Amino acid sequence: MSPSQLLILVPLLPLLAALATVIAGRRLGSRAHLPAVFGIAAAAIVAVSLVITTARSSGGGENPRPVDMVTTLWEWATVADAYEPEAGSPAAVPGTAIGADAHAARPLSIAVALRLDPLTATMLAIITGVGLLVAVYSIGYMHDDPGYPRFFALVAMFVFSMSMLVAASNFLLVYVFWEAVGACSYLLIGFWFSKPEAARAAKKAFLVNRVGDFGLAIGVFLLWLTYGTLDFHDTLSPDGTILPGILGQTRLADVSGYVGGLVGTAICLLLLLAACGKSAQLPLHVWLPDAMEGPTPASALIHAATMVTAGIYLIARCAPLYMACPGALVTVSIIGTTTALVAALIGTVQNDLKRVLAYSTISQLGYMFASLGTGTLLGFTAAIFHLLTHAFFKALLFLGAGSVMHSMGGVIDMRRFGGLRKLMPITAVTFLIGSLALAGIAPFAGFFSKDEILASLHSKGWPDAHHAATGEHHALLTTPGLTGQTIHDVGYRGVSAQSDHALSSSAATGLDALNQPFVWQLLFWMALITAGLTAFYTFRAVFMTFTGPLRVPEEAGHHAHESPPVMTLPLLILAVPATLAGLVLFSTESLSHFLAATPSFTAPSVLETATPAVFHWDLAIQGTLAAALGIVLAAVGHLGRRSDGPQMERWLGPFRPFLEHRMFIDQLYVGLIVKPLEAIAFLAAMFDRAFIDGIVRGVAWLPVATGAVVRRLQSGMVQRYALAGVIGVLAIIVILAWRL
Amino acid sequence: MMLPTLLAAAALPLLQNGLFVGAILFSLGLVGILTRRNLIVMFLSAELMLQGISVSLVAWSRYHGDFGGQVLVIFVLSVAACEAAVALVFVLQAFTRTGRLDAAAWQSLREASLPRSVDHEIPAFNDAMPSFPRLTQAGHSPATDEAAASQRDHV
Repeated sequence: MSPSQLLILVPLLPLLAALATVIAGRRLGSRAHLPAVFGIAAAAIVAVSLVITTARSSGGGENPRPVDMVTTLWEWATVADAYEPEAGSPAAVPGTAIGADAHAARPLSIAVALRLDPLTATMLAIITGVGLLVAVYSIGYMHDDPGYPRFFALVAMFVFSMSMLVAASNFLLVYVFWEAVGACSYLLIGFWFSKPEAARAAKKAFLVNRVGDFGLAIGVFLLWLTYGTLDFHDTLSPDGTILPGILGQTRLADVSGYVGGLVGTAICLLLLLAACGKSAQLPLHVWLPDAMEGPTPASALIHAATMVTAGIYLIARCAPLYMACPGALVTVSIIGTTTALVAALIGTVQNDLKRVLAYSTISQLGYMFASLGTGTLLGFTAAIFHLLTHAFFKALLFLGAGSVMHSMGGVIDMRRFGGLRKLMPITAVTFLIGSLALAGIAPFAGFFSKDEILASLHSKGWPDAHHAATGEHHALLTTPGLTGQTIHDVGYRGVSAQSDHALSSSAATGLDALNQPFVWQLLFWMALITAGLTAFYTFRAVFMTFTGPLRVPEEAGHHAHESPPVMTLPLLILAVPATLAGLVLFSTESLSHFLAATPSFTAPSVLETATPAVFHWDLAIQGTLAAALGIVLAAVGHLGRRSDGPQMERWLGPFRPFLEHRMFIDQLYVGLIVKPLEAIAFLAAMFDRAFIDGIVRGVAWLPVATGAVVRRLQSGMVQRYALAGVIGVLAIIVILAWRL
Repeated sequence: MMLPTLLAAAALPLLQNGLFVGAILFSLGLVGILTRRNLIVMFLSAELMLQGISVSLVAWSRYHGDFGGQVLVIFVLSVAACEAAVALVFVLQAFTRTGRLDAAAWQSLREASLPRSVDHEIPAFNDAMPSFPRLTQAGHSPATDEAAASQRDHV
């Protein structure tokens, strides 16, 4: 089969598995995992073969060809003559009209089109690979749960939605599956819906995500208004004209193909809002820690490895759009770095093992955002690299935490158990490997990806040092942000831009002004501090859980033993890439070369930021020192203890309650948003009861009152009725006589 | 002069007399049905009204030289006969239920909240006597009795 046909199988097989589980789940009983496991396994095999196919066709090496295979399944909707590009608008990229006029009205056609490119192939491999291991693990973790078939149906449904999200070649389809993964996430967080906290957490996740989804919807509308299409790829209209897709080869090749200024920045910021919601970045991060109420395998798959990376994927996919707006790019970095630091700080005082990992996820996603925001090829590939390694080691950590939780009888508070290395050696060792990878200790996976992220931030903060070190690219790179600025200047000069150009330049340059080396230096130091904090909270968790005298809570009962092989096997398998993926992919540079063939990264604006891959010894040493310091601090404070030592109390002092209450961000939202909304709802309810209900009651009262008067006529005396009849006849006669 | 016109001129007093008789009969029936409470008398009054209309129909028929009116009277008579059969069954049933021919015996069908009407003088009921239909008081509207207003008698 051709790669395009194989691509269809990746979402299709999990979808069929989900449907099969829905239909036959009850009948399968304790074997309800079979469709999901086999469906996702088959999809994983196909996804790996797609990675190989894509890598072959990109040619590999230093200058790979862009790979972009699009399969259109069917047209979902078509509206003829929906868009008429104005003269000079970016919807009509110059020089693309082959046959007819480029300015002719074009249809709004939503094609259900799947694309295969290196970015998609990488994401598909991560989704199906981690999904398979999580599904296998769940066989053990979810056994005897009354919702066993439901869980596997949802996991398969999620794998389908997420595969479609990364494979879709159209912004509207992306939006559809963006919502679909959100729905799966909602259902899995609220999997134990009879538990009030789980139901509340699911609702919270859904509502907070709505804010981001709103941004995506408005962003998509703006993209349509600006570019006159929603397709990623170029399409051929019947009259032989190439309609340049937003991320198609035609537009990518055009140096002025992307809109900067106010409109471009607005699009980028709206997409960033969407990414912040899905990827739990400040200020929309509040849902992810609560989402830990769901089953741990779901947390590992959805809220650590895959769904929360959708925001990273979206921004990486839209890299050329962001390149035209340096202000938006630096905003991405600022939000990412701030989130990384804030989440790491909060993570240092959490006592719930899964909460620590949740804040760690937020923090690591912040790293990826910081890397994306640098707007360099290195930054984009480093973000995806970190996404890949993070998926492995964070899934490993979550599954390890689930294994602990499973054997502790559902207890996840680290203060209530300790010394578990003797009880569950496999979990302890694999958890340690995951922690080393997360902390960024060489040669584990996280070290290399984090090093690349630090390098990308460093190259923006100290551009001269980097150019001196590499000794190249002086001609291309002069100052950071100039690349974006160039695009901006030669870019959008459409009719609508003429009128508000003054406004656009002032508003956009407000953000652009942040694109200064000292800002990037600050972000670099924040990222470095975060690296130390990451190592600290990770090893705090390791020490509290696995070292010291053996302590088991009474809830554990007969469960207090190492988890069954069906659960430890995924841990062992995940430990391999968590150890080796970084070293292999970094030393061979295969991932960065592979990803460089993604069409979005072949835009001239991205390509000219390319730097030769160098291992930055100085940054590696700084990062490792920060991590080592964190581990030492954690050892001093927590080695062999089940609670925070007195040293911690002294160090943190008054900050401790501040951090324990998650910096009061939830309370802030309650005060600023929830309470005013409740007040408005109360007023509306009062209005409804007093006014609307008053009208309704008045309508009901009218016939009653009329009846009370008319009722007196029914006296039960036949003569009176007859008299009434006579009077009526007389009245008619009189009226008729009058009329005549 | 044409013959029909002559005939019409001759028939005019006859028409007037017929209409007078009809009107008197109708009015008597109307007054009777409004004032009497005995079901049979009320029925007779209704018949009287019918006959009043029939007389005026015959008078007009004769005046116009058109038998349509008289044919209609035959219809009225036959319908009245059927009506009498049905109405008398109702009267009989009403009597067996209440033991009275008084229309006011059915005032329990009034609206519940309204006061009950009572007669000024109710003739004593003699159990020794066989239960014959009796004429009840007529000619004036019964007064209301506040005390008995709340209770409903049989239906």
